[in-house]
Amino acid sequence: METTLGQNLGDTHHDHGPASGIGRWLFTTNHKDIGTLYLWFSLLMFLTGGTMALLIRAELFQPGLQLVQPEFFNQMTTMHGLIMVFGAVMPAFVGLANWLVPMMIGAPDMALPRMNNWSFWILPFAFAMMISTLFMEGGAPNFGWTFYAPLSTTYAPPSVTFFIFAVHMMGISSIMGAINVIATILNLRAPGMTMMKLPLFVWSWLITAFLLIAVMPVLAGVVTMMLMDIHFGTSFFNAAGGGDPVLFQHVFWFFGHPEVYIMILPAFGIISEIIPTFARKRLFGYASMVYAIASIAILSFLVWAHHMFTVGLPLAGELFFMFATMLIAVPTGVKVFNWVATMFRGSLTFETPMLFALAFVVLFTIGGFSGLMLAIAPADFQYHDTYFVVAHFHYVLVPGAIFSIMAATYFWLPKWTGHMINERMGKIHFWLSFVGVNITFFPMHFVGLAGMPRRIPDYALQFADFNSVASVGAFIFGFSQLLFLYNVIACIRGGARATDRVWEGAHGLEWTLPSPAPYHSFSQPPVVK
Amino acid sequence: MSTASYYVPPQSRWPILASIALFLIAFGAGNLINAMSAGTSTGTGWLLFLAGLLLLLSILFGWFRNVVHESMSGMYSEQMDRSFRWGMSWFIFSEVMFFAAFFGTLFYVRNLAVPWLGGEGEKGVSNMLWEGFQAQWPLMTTPDMERFPGPEQIISPWHLPLLNTILLVSSSFTVTIAHKALKLGNRSNIVLWLALTVLLGASFLVFQAYEYFEAYHELGLTLHAGIYGATFFILTGFHGMHVTLGTLMLIIIWLRVLKGHFSPQHHFGFEAVAWYWHFVDVVWVGLFLFVYIL
Repeated sequence: METTLGQNLGDTHHDHGPASGIGRWLFTTNHKDIGTLYLWFSLLMFLTGGTMALLIRAELFQPGLQLVQPEFFNQMTTMHGLIMVFGAVMPAFVGLANWLVPMMIGAPDMALPRMNNWSFWILPFAFAMMISTLFMEGGAPNFGWTFYAPLSTTYAPPSVTFFIFAVHMMGISSIMGAINVIATILNLRAPGMTMMKLPLFVWSWLITAFLLIAVMPVLAGVVTMMLMDIHFGTSFFNAAGGGDPVLFQHVFWFFGHPEVYIMILPAFGIISEIIPTFARKRLFGYASMVYAIASIAILSFLVWAHHMFTVGLPLAGELFFMFATMLIAVPTGVKVFNWVATMFRGSLTFETPMLFALAFVVLFTIGGFSGLMLAIAPADFQYHDTYFVVAHFHYVLVPGAIFSIMAATYFWLPKWTGHMINERMGKIHFWLSFVGVNITFFPMHFVGLAGMPRRIPDYALQFADFNSVASVGAFIFGFSQLLFLYNVIACIRGGARATDRVWEGAHGLEWTLPSPAPYHSFSQPPVVK
Repeated sequence: MSTASYYVPPQSRWPILASIALFLIAFGAGNLINAMSAGTSTGTGWLLFLAGLLLLLSILFGWFRNVVHESMSGMYSEQMDRSFRWGMSWFIFSEVMFFAAFFGTLFYVRNLAVPWLGGEGEKGVSNMLWEGFQAQWPLMTTPDMERFPGPEQIISPWHLPLLNTILLVSSSFTVTIAHKALKLGNRSNIVLWLALTVLLGASFLVFQAYEYFEAYHELGLTLHAGIYGATFFILTGFHGMHVTLGTLMLIIIWLRVLKGHFSPQHHFGFEAVAWYWHFVDVVWVGLFLFVYIL
């Protein structure tokens, strides 16, 4: 076969299987292959960022400086945050979207398959560049994942330039990925698959993709202004020239807050698929779930300054952002209520995905409530930049976003591989993770309320006990993720044969396909009644 | 809603090569800029950056050539066409948000940051940083004139910027006339009006370059001139880059018209570029209003 540059590789016929060798993964245009790439990449980043977290927790096991220098500690907190947000959580959700959206809406593939490949393959290069800064002169970025100016401009290490370009690459990747998801959902639905019949995972991704396209360019804008300030003599974030460091925070959080929802809306979608399956009931309040996601997305553009209550905002701003933030509790409450109502009088069973989903509902709600506490501006004056904030966002991101990703993996893995997961091992993984997560993050509420600041390698003696508990929990949680890796590999390599429907209560087009799903999902669209 | 089977392209080498190109550009630019700031040799940086750029350009040429071939051999259904339309629309929306970040910056410094520094408003206490600093816009005297010497003069909106507005707005009309001609199948008219559009875009760029030259050499309006210069150059600079890209796109479309690639029914490539051109035009109107006049 002719394989010179510019020639089409492989034939143009639709029904062939995957190519062989490494070329399959490098040149693929198949949504399942690309989804797999995203998911493995995300797992690799999760373990990398997790190792950094364990370094942080090891240092914080005791007061005083034991293992690392403060400069390196700062690099670890920064890289941990960046890798987990941009390398682990976001690519995992994009990977799930790639695998599932076409199967769920009855499409043959993603709308723009070549661009889909490009969206993925930018990421390994971007992260290689970002992680390489650890070995550069002056070390990696050390200003926190929020990279506030002037820490990230005037006082930044030279590697900040590479950080900026890495963020640009991630942004390009995310925007193209999101455009693909939107085009697929809007244009490739099977006949009869009307918008209000879409599975909630698809709805949540449609809205997430909109958020991504709206805010990733703003992130590109803010890092560009940083680059200009650092190297080209402008004064965007420098008051000496009439600019304002607070401006950085405004632009960053205009991106950052919707970004937070980018990392949780697909989780809502996943949970809304899993709970009805194992409750063997239809989802309670489908339409209200859709409207709730949309409301949360719209509100996410109006609440950014609640991250900045202590920076010196005008009173009107403090009030506006406080009340707007508290409004978000309403649609979020609708969602939690609907999940609980779905389970009410259902025929519940507790397979591994369901356990993760249930833990999500409970623990994410705890994170939501601590968020509500932080939303109250006068109270936030006390909590700001303490471990209470760390506890809050780790509750929504770890037993929130990460648990939902694990739930999704266990839920759809039989469809992807054709093998059932080992329930026993899945449950062990769940319980170790559940216990580990709570031991790690719950004590952080207490040390935070007692005044322990975040992003500091050393602390006062009175915080010692809770910190050592948190560190023990972190190691339990961290090492039990190796079980997750084992479970996934074991499921790929073998196990009981999965039926097409896989789970007794499962509904949706993806369960009408054979397990494992064929390389090309729906060459001819199914008709949805 | 899909009915016919949808074209899923076979494996392709373009995306992975494009990722490598993007990496070379980013890594090269990082090396280059750091070397420039540190005053060390910029050779490696330039080499990587230009190699990446060259690679990306040849990839874009090859990738688009693939798409053009596929399109012209009739592999794209109407549904495929809609995917392209959604794709381009959302891409333009992302560009709108990119500019929104800089417009937001401009509004924030004008209406909040600079007045506060001058002692006005609720956070006027920040005046204690530079006592006696007076808020004004355009900001001619910065708080620290040694580090950020403010501009001596600013650009009058009623000379070159007004001319540029006329040029760019009329180019939006000429490209629409060309589109009308395309729908009627009138080749010579398409070629004429599209060429005129390119000419208008190119003359805009020439005048813009002249304006920058004047700003730097006669008005003291530079990137270092405090926040006025910073917002001025980032907004007009990124707009200028987009006009440059748009003009190149128009030239390619013009060449494709000459080669007879478009039919009255089937010409999304043309439309996408026209949409982009209108977007660039609208941004300019915003610039003219908020950067130059007000």
